Amino acid sequence: MAETAVVELEDISRVYGEGEIAVRALDHVDLTIESGEFTAIMGPSGSGKSTAMNVIGCLDSPTSGNYRFCGVEVGTLTRDQRALLRRQYLGFVFQGYNLLPRTSALANVELPLIYKSVPRAERQLAALEALRKVGLEERAHHDPSELSGGQQQRVAIARALVSNPKVVLADEPTGNLDTKTSVEIIEMLQHLNRDEGLTIIMVTHEQDMADYAERLIWMVDGRIERDDRKPRAA
Amino acid sequence: MLWETVRLAIQAIFRNTMRSLLTVLGIVIGVAAVIAMVTVGQGSTAQVTADVEKLGTNVVMVMPGQDVMQGGPGGTAAKMFSIRMNDEVQDQIPDVAISAPISQTRARVIFGNENRRTDVVGTDNRYFEAARWELLRGRFFETGEIQSGRTVCIIGETVRQSLFGNSDPIGETVRVKTLSCEIVGLLKSKGASTFGSDQDDFVILPLKTYHRRIAGNTEVLAFYISVRDGASVEDTMEEITLLMRDLRRIGRGEEDDFEVLDMKQFATMLSGITGILTGLLSAVAAVSLLVGGIGIMNIMLVSVTERTREIGIRLAIGAQARQVLLQFLVEAVILSLIGGLIGIGLGLGFAILGAKWLSIPFTPDFSVILLAFGFSALVGVIFGYFPARRAARLDPIEALRHE
Ligand SMILES: Nc1ncnc2c1ncn2[C@@H]1O[C@H](COP(=O)(O)OP(=O)(O)OP(=O)(O)O)[C@@H](O)[C@H]1O
Ligand SMILES: [Mg+2]
Repeated sequence: MAETAVVELEDISRVYGEGEIAVRALDHVDLTIESGEFTAIMGPSGSGKSTAMNVIGCLDSPTSGNYRFCGVEVGTLTRDQRALLRRQYLGFVFQGYNLLPRTSALANVELPLIYKSVPRAERQLAALEALRKVGLEERAHHDPSELSGGQQQRVAIARALVSNPKVVLADEPTGNLDTKTSVEIIEMLQHLNRDEGLTIIMVTHEQDMADYAERLIWMVDGRIERDDRKPRAA
Repeated sequence: MLWETVRLAIQAIFRNTMRSLLTVLGIVIGVAAVIAMVTVGQGSTAQVTADVEKLGTNVVMVMPGQDVMQGGPGGTAAKMFSIRMNDEVQDQIPDVAISAPISQTRARVIFGNENRRTDVVGTDNRYFEAARWELLRGRFFETGEIQSGRTVCIIGETVRQSLFGNSDPIGETVRVKTLSCEIVGLLKSKGASTFGSDQDDFVILPLKTYHRRIAGNTEVLAFYISVRDGASVEDTMEEITLLMRDLRRIGRGEEDDFEVLDMKQFATMLSGITGILTGLLSAVAAVSLLVGGIGIMNIMLVSVTERTREIGIRLAIGAQARQVLLQFLVEAVILSLIGGLIGIGLGLGFAILGAKWLSIPFTPDFSVILLAFGFSALVGVIFGYFPARRAARLDPIEALRHE
């Protein structure tokens, strides 16, 4: 498989505030992530992991530097164009699940397809299929409040998958879960990466979780300190 | 996409039904008020038109003074008419079929132990013809009675009921002020007029009798004129005006000191009053729609704040600003349309009750209903726009971090 770069950060800085109180959340970061990689980002609190994820996810614009996503220069895009990019190529999994309350799992998973103007019947099929992938098709009509944390996170993963994204970004996806459930979730991500070839970038505080990834990036003070790739396990 | 948005909006609204209902209360009240008032107003206009038609569209009244509708006949200091003037009008204008002189006052009529304050009218048989009164019993006046001013009278149905109950009034003698007169006729009931007054509540005397025994003068209060069939009422009124100016010696450039009104003007005058009422109500409606709109804006702003996280999620997964804007705008519009619908329903309900109570026809006007509906939508758009724009401009990262 010829590996192609999906994420190319070039001398990226993200500065919050100005002058004395300016915080350099990202400090001249260079990073390339290839298609099909499963990357974990670790680092102390405040080291800029979430900021990096937001930039990669086209939710935030860097203060300086170049960012190419799938070959597209993101810096020149408008807010709406970035929305289109997210809709088409990106899936998000958050620490707090971020499902719509009082909305069934199925409707939650359908949401990205609504914005892609997919017809209803097709949308429901795709959503059911995504729920099946995360093993929750019987819970399709349950509200988030009727689901456990692990189940909610699986719904969130289904929502990230449903539009067939190129990259799934997961910022501390197991941060709110117990160890057993965390392992379930991380194994699901690993499975999606290995069997479906999904590119996954994940922030985590837990070494155990990071071990599932094949590449580990260590951040300190807005810079990448270490970047280790381990050979793909058989 | 739009249909999807509508579906989502309806879901969002019914997720909090109670609050949504309270939100639209202002619009409900505004729309209900307008619908009820306009419908009742149109019902009463229809009633007026029907009544005027019954009276005859060829009826013209001449009264002394100006703006008599405001001051009431004789309310102004203008000098009264005379019988001679009435007869001149009758004789000199070919298109005047009948001109009946009328004088009138309020007085107590007594029979035995019963008594009633009523209108005592002095006129002659021409009035019965012009105003299309029919007899239920007895007869009209005889020429001799009119000429010599005999003490006879003809009464309306209401007076009969009040004084005689079930017994026959013909031939009985009633007292009007100091005068005792024999009842020779009973008129067939016409019922209540549009103006709310009971048309059957009167006693009619020959004009001469009235002048001598009741008024103590020979003044005439008004002419009740019926225009010949096929003649132009307008032209005839013009002729009457010219003749009256001549008879009352009003010089060139001087104002009329009398007024010539036809039934159409009565109706116009009435709808003028209705117009003022409608204007007033429109103001009330506008205010309550404004208040309703602000209510919607308020709740939508609260909703945007409450749902900041939801907006963040939507933006993150690829919703564009205008899609979020549309979502909240549609929600506001549907909310106010629901308010409008409830208001229309309530308004029509009140109109039905009102029509029953006022015994006027219930005439719902589709265009007014449509207008009210459109107005509700407009309120939704106007007052929903600001909150929706706020939602659309949220930064996804900050919105996701909310709470
Ligand atoms: N909106 C903001 N305004 C100002 N400073 C910010 C903002 N967002 C982040 N920062 C700062 O940028 C730096 C990096 O923050 P970031 O959230 O990326 O850290 P993190 O590595 O994700 O930390 P954690 O592990 O606690 O999630 C921190 O010092 C933070 O205070
Ligand atoms: Mg973070």
